[in-house]
Amino acid sequence: MIGFIVKRFINYAILSAIATLSAYVLASLILNPAGRYLGRNPRPSDETINAILNGLGVNPNTPVVARLWTWLVNLVTHGSLGDTIHNTSVISEMAARAGTSLRLLILGTIIAAIFGVVLGVWGAVRQYKASDQVISYASFTILAMPSFVIGILLMIMATGLNNILGMQLISFTGEYTAGLDGGWWTLFLDRAAHLLLPTISLALMGAAGYSRYQRSAMLDVLSADYIRTARSKGRTRGSALVRHGVRVALIPMSTYFAYSFATVLAGAAVTELVFSWHGMGEMLVQAITESDINAFTGAILFNAILVLIAGTLSDVVYAALDPRVRV
Amino acid sequence: MTNSAPSLDSASPRLRTRPRHGDTPSNTSEHLLEVRDLRVTFPQPGGAVTAVRGVNYHVDKGEFLGIVGESGSGKSVSSLAVMGLLPSSAQISGDILFEGRSLLGRSDRELSKLRGEGISIIFQDPLSALTPVYTIGTQIAEALQLHDRNLSKLAANARAVELLKVVGIPNPERRAQAFPHEFSGGMRQRAMIAIAIANNPRLIIADEPTTALDVTIQAQILEVLQKAKDLTGAAVVLITHDLGVVAGNADRIAVMYAGRIVETGTVDEVFHAPSMPYTIGLLRSMPNLATAGHTRLVPLEGRPPMLSNLAPGCPFAPRCPIAIDACRTTEPPLTPISGKPLNASACLRVDEIASGKLNRTGIYPVPEPVALEERAEIVPESVLGVEGLVRHFPLTKGSVFKHTIGTVRAVDGISFDIRSGQTLGLVGESGCGKSTTIMEILELAKPQSGQIMVNGRDVAAMSTKERRALRRDIQVVFQDPMASLDPRLPVQDIVAEPLTVHGVPARERLQKVRDVLDLVGLDPSMASRYPHEFSGGQRQRIGIARALVTDPKIVVLDEPVSALDVSIQAGVINLLEDLQEKLGLSYLFVAHDLAVVRQIADNVAVMYLGRIVESGPAEDIFNDPQHPYTRALLSAVPVPDPSVERTRRRIILEGDLPSPTEDITGCNFRTRCPLYQLMDAAAQEQCRTADPERRIVKGSSVACHHAEHIGLMS
Amino acid sequence: MSMLEEMPIADTSAGEPATVTGRKPVSRFRLVVSRLRGTPRFWVGLVGLVAVILWAAFGLIPNAWNATDLDVYNMGSSPTGLHWFGTSDIGEDIYAQTIVGLRKSLVIGLLVGPLAAIIAGVVGAVAGYLGGWWDRIIIWFIDLLLVLPSLFLFILLSPIFKSLSWVALIFLLAGFGWMIMARVIRAQTMSLRDRDFIKAARFMGVDTWTIIRRHVLPNVSSLLIIDATLGVGGAILSETTLSFFGFGIQAPDVSLGTLLAAGQGAAATRPWLFIFPAAILVFTVLSASLVGDALRDAVDPTSGVNRD
Repeated sequence: MIGFIVKRFINYAILSAIATLSAYVLASLILNPAGRYLGRNPRPSDETINAILNGLGVNPNTPVVARLWTWLVNLVTHGSLGDTIHNTSVISEMAARAGTSLRLLILGTIIAAIFGVVLGVWGAVRQYKASDQVISYASFTILAMPSFVIGILLMIMATGLNNILGMQLISFTGEYTAGLDGGWWTLFLDRAAHLLLPTISLALMGAAGYSRYQRSAMLDVLSADYIRTARSKGRTRGSALVRHGVRVALIPMSTYFAYSFATVLAGAAVTELVFSWHGMGEMLVQAITESDINAFTGAILFNAILVLIAGTLSDVVYAALDPRVRV
Repeated sequence: MTNSAPSLDSASPRLRTRPRHGDTPSNTSEHLLEVRDLRVTFPQPGGAVTAVRGVNYHVDKGEFLGIVGESGSGKSVSSLAVMGLLPSSAQISGDILFEGRSLLGRSDRELSKLRGEGISIIFQDPLSALTPVYTIGTQIAEALQLHDRNLSKLAANARAVELLKVVGIPNPERRAQAFPHEFSGGMRQRAMIAIAIANNPRLIIADEPTTALDVTIQAQILEVLQKAKDLTGAAVVLITHDLGVVAGNADRIAVMYAGRIVETGTVDEVFHAPSMPYTIGLLRSMPNLATAGHTRLVPLEGRPPMLSNLAPGCPFAPRCPIAIDACRTTEPPLTPISGKPLNASACLRVDEIASGKLNRTGIYPVPEPVALEERAEIVPESVLGVEGLVRHFPLTKGSVFKHTIGTVRAVDGISFDIRSGQTLGLVGESGCGKSTTIMEILELAKPQSGQIMVNGRDVAAMSTKERRALRRDIQVVFQDPMASLDPRLPVQDIVAEPLTVHGVPARERLQKVRDVLDLVGLDPSMASRYPHEFSGGQRQRIGIARALVTDPKIVVLDEPVSALDVSIQAGVINLLEDLQEKLGLSYLFVAHDLAVVRQIADNVAVMYLGRIVESGPAEDIFNDPQHPYTRALLSAVPVPDPSVERTRRRIILEGDLPSPTEDITGCNFRTRCPLYQLMDAAAQEQCRTADPERRIVKGSSVACHHAEHIGLMS
Repeated sequence: MSMLEEMPIADTSAGEPATVTGRKPVSRFRLVVSRLRGTPRFWVGLVGLVAVILWAAFGLIPNAWNATDLDVYNMGSSPTGLHWFGTSDIGEDIYAQTIVGLRKSLVIGLLVGPLAAIIAGVVGAVAGYLGGWWDRIIIWFIDLLLVLPSLFLFILLSPIFKSLSWVALIFLLAGFGWMIMARVIRAQTMSLRDRDFIKAARFMGVDTWTIIRRHVLPNVSSLLIIDATLGVGGAILSETTLSFFGFGIQAPDVSLGTLLAAGQGAAATRPWLFIFPAAILVFTVLSASLVGDALRDAVDPTSGVNRD
């Protein structure tokens, strides 16, 4: 079992590393950091621009391989990811933003997983009954919405609710109310209120996807011979499905979790942008619009590490659930 | 329900007289189980299908009932109805009485109290029937705790180990901790039996319990089942398609056809004096070890009807050679045969058959052999020679750094030779290497070691072009006729495919396809249809036609009839025999069914763990096997004749086939060899240290040091 | 499940053609069609999809305004008899704009779905059939593409595609939309490879490419059709998300994404600017995925039966 997980971890680590490095190379080839200075008035001299770009290590005149090497050496020797175009270090920028993104991601994923599994199992057991139809159509509808539409619809609804109540019950712009005074408790409540809509938005999307997958995994299990065996021993149908069925139907979910995680990341980034959160998603998009190669690579590295963790975690769950992979 | 967990010691007499709690059974019926006019209908998109159409039977306490039928006869559906395990969409009518109380219409909760405690069931496929994520011990303990809430987990586990011991699993304490995938097929089926007998049920239903297993394992399981029956005193209903399986064990038999019981009676009556033409035909079409090889098989033409589209009258009438007009209008009820109270038969002409007015053996005509002038002339020459063929697979371990920890000796130096017009039967249990052998031959590539000669030429020395040309001469027919035909291509394209490889022009191809379809007994006008429009037997004929389209010299037949229903097998075997005569073909016939091999093979080679342990003329090997393995294998084959079954002594091999990775010094059969046990220390020493060479003993070539002492075994 | 085998309906074959008495055997195709007909989900999706396509094609005819017309007398108007979906701040007719945007989104979706399915089919079949190093490299490449959200890659590549026409976006979306399906096709191919009819073809000497073309691809075609259908919705979603953030369709071209971006700011105060295009978008994608899901259920032989 340890061997299996170590192998999968190494596999994910290599994939994440290569993804980050190729992101760096691609960004270096596509983005033009010099463009930002050329449009300035007065236009800085070529020497100045070159000096700035050299300082950041993003001068297009240096071969990409050489720049990549410098970047890598910096990372290994100083633990540095270089500076952003605003002359702050990428690491500090990430440190300021990572918490915001993680809060949303972790909460959203956990809620999505719980609801997805429960609704999926329920739908499968009640296949083609009214409750299954409702769950199915609801999840299809949610899956048919881009994440920004969900976010904006939630905001429209919250505005409506706030108007009806005549008070700011649900806040949804930004991550907290700027300049709010008060004790620890007030600040916590404020943050929780701001967290509500983005989390719902992310959890809705995740739960819709997971429930469809869990439903079909559970349907496969419903017809399995061992359910029949469990019933022949004296279990009722419901108890056989719970004790024997769900346990087995969770196994493919752990793999699906790893594969769907990239989608979740994209959804989280979009959600951050829609709700004006200063998270890693915003950093990534801003980096591209500002042609900031170092910041972009940093953001990608952050995502790659999350994929690495999520992938390994799902393999641990997989190995824990399925005795057949335990060597 | 019971507070004490009764021990399974056979000496314990209270097992059979165990007091039963709950409501007192209203003893209106003296039968343990009585099924009355059971009908089961499944609603389907294309119209409802009635899978069981009015079935009546009963089982008494401690009785052994065999229910025999081909696929689609409704035998499993009727037993699942008894357990209350049919899908909720199934419409069930009639009545099922267990200990006098009706089971139909009871809630799942009520039935679940009875399942496992009163009636238990053993399913066919023991791999999928056990939950993969729980240990064997847990799954047995679960069955115990479900019916005895007061049983502690510890006590349940201890009982589970005890039960594993009862069903003959070595090292039960350790094996209880194992997961189903760590068990072999036979061991899983033993565990299933342990679950079934855990609560001392009064009735055990065994639904094809040995179908997926090898013949030596089948013999073991049947023995365990008999033991379980003796220990618990339960009645047993054994459902099977194999008449041989029930011949030795059952008290009574019910034969099912098209959703009904068409004949029932004591085992002797049904086997020796069958009165329903279907039973007669089934018994005559089965290759039988005792009679095979001398007479031609008598095929039962046609196929079972579609239950979704049943014509009026007797469902067997279209296949029945003695059907009269009345048969096509009225469906005969199951009527008792005069003078035999236990026997009944559903045939309008039952009196004529029972009284002997209609001669049983004369009902089905014996097919004529191929006329002499149609037979091909054969020049005796070697067409396929295999010399010291070896195929080893490295066994790797470690997920991070792979390293070889052993070798799977799938094929470990085998040699044989097939002459033109001859059939070599290659037999052995699954895992013995027979499939690997034919795959190696069909690749026509240089083997790891050894030599493959086709038409006297070494394939290793050939160029790609020569090899492709050679493929004309060697063709293959696979086991599963559905899987071996591409469902997306019409039959003419399937059959013509080998010709496209050799650049035959389209018009010629079409003509050739028509010729071979005609040759295998299919209407050439059906060439534009798709495989799904054909029945199993017809599909296998298409597979044979494809193999013959290039005019090959050798046809490799990989279990060509084992996926077919018994009544269809005979027709395909006869066809293969006829084609061999007409075209002078050579066959390499791979099978696990020894009776089929006996029917068709001229020579036989028996494989065990990648080696050929005995080979020689079929006649000699089947009549007087010289190797202890061959002898055990032959003795494990059930014979569809109750008097033979009861009198003969079975040699039961112990344990499973060892893993081919195991390094067994000396003779690799000695770990399971019954003869080894009987030899003295010096002789055993020889088995342990020296690998036996093949040598000629009484006409066959045997790899055993002590073949001369084979007589000790019987 | 042995019980299902017991039921003769599972065997789709017919009686002996020599003694044909009953109905014609049900072919797989007809079985799928008859299953589809019995699925309400399929009809809902199909009717929805056809309606959307017809509306996109002919919806402008009864409307008095074109997408580029500006009604300076009715700027920022809510839905009225004159402007069915209302107007924008500068007097654009939202109804006309929605139809034009929908056309573009539909064209992109209908092209990207099948294109991605074709790539998935070829790559998956090659990896699954050839196995060995080919398989490892392809799978590794797919995993690499799956590690990072393709949205980020689209955004990174957008500077290149902005300079090209919107048609380039089709290839970009198809180029990153095939990976998961390729894995499914590969798994399917690997099980096909062990089927006897493929083995038979190999032993006859049929060469690899012919086997993939003649035997593998036709046998995974049902999966590819499903994938192509489901891919339509997925592609529309990707396109709108990209365009929403300004990385996809560029002015003067209009798509549902750019419309939604324009309407976003006013979503809370003048919801018609956002709600109408959003509803059409959701309706379109939902219809396509309902059809795809119904197809998947109909093709899967074990689905649809009430199994308990």
